[in-house]
Amino acid sequence: MINDKWKTRNENRLIMKNPINGLNKVFDNRIRLGVMSILIVNEQVNFNDLKQMLEVTDGNLATHLVNLEDNGYIKVHKGFVGRKTNTTYVATKAGEKAFTDHIAALENMIKGVK
Amino acid sequence: MSEQNQHGYSTTSSRGAQPLQEISDIKRIMERSSRFISLSGLSGIAAGLCALVGAYVADNILKDYYFKLDHGAAFTNNDFNLLEIKLVILAVGVLLASLILAFVFTWRRARQNHLPVWDLTARKLLWNLLLPLIAGGLFVLAMLQYGEWHFVAPACLVFYGLALVNGSKYTLSDVRYLGYSEIILGLISTQFIHSGLYFWGIGFGILHIIYGGIMWWKYERGQ
Repeated sequence: MINDKWKTRNENRLIMKNPINGLNKVFDNRIRLGVMSILIVNEQVNFNDLKQMLEVTDGNLATHLVNLEDNGYIKVHKGFVGRKTNTTYVATKAGEKAFTDHIAALENMIKGVK
Repeated sequence: MSEQNQHGYSTTSSRGAQPLQEISDIKRIMERSSRFISLSGLSGIAAGLCALVGAYVADNILKDYYFKLDHGAAFTNNDFNLLEIKLVILAVGVLLASLILAFVFTWRRARQNHLPVWDLTARKLLWNLLLPLIAGGLFVLAMLQYGEWHFVAPACLVFYGLALVNGSKYTLSDVRYLGYSEIILGLISTQFIHSGLYFWGIGFGILHIIYGGIMWWKYERGQ
């Protein structure tokens, strides 16, 4: 599959006919997409709240959070509440843009279908 | 169809889902992660009934007091202190009873919908409600400290209304209209300072019952 990151805007427009290319592969995964959806509407969310909201296991969630962090879509803040570690996650500017682009691509697909 | 969890968000399937489905999933998880939706209309009705009973009892206490004041030769300062203590105990009792009942119905609804009652959204809602309420509560106490009781009911209504408008961003947005009504009622009552208790009863009793009834009709009737 062609990565549309390297395409110019004009080429992107052509690609819209083949809508799969407008979608972000990072968000192929539902957990990563869910994490981003939550972080877009909530300033910062800790690990346990994400886990509760998405109903996933610790290990599973941790893997996907590392992936999002590696892509530069989220930032990790390690803090303490008393003696317990409290790790919170925040969406980065790049993450917000990637997410809105992904939504736009989905919307274009819907328009294309009509 | 993949299995959906308690938030209606599917975490098991991957790409291949319909884009429309995916967008509605995203929208749902955004809503569920930012708004506390288990607030029950029955909570409003219960709180309203508590307030009406409280207002009725307070009215009787006050009538007794004024009756004594008008007819009793042996009025003492002690009577006034006793009145104050009675009213404060009543107010705290009404507040506790409505909070407990409101919590019970909301907890019940959350359980029916298989949603957690204490999560990120509940914490956010509580904090955003409490901030104006605590400020308002301290404000009212400060007024009483200087013997200024005329504006107790208006201040309660206005601060409560502001708390609701503030909190409505984190729960069912309909709460906003209850908030507006309380603010307007509070401001109107500043012009009728001797009818404070009646306005208090309308705001905390009747408005709650109307709002709770509408919410129950709108969201919970079919369940």
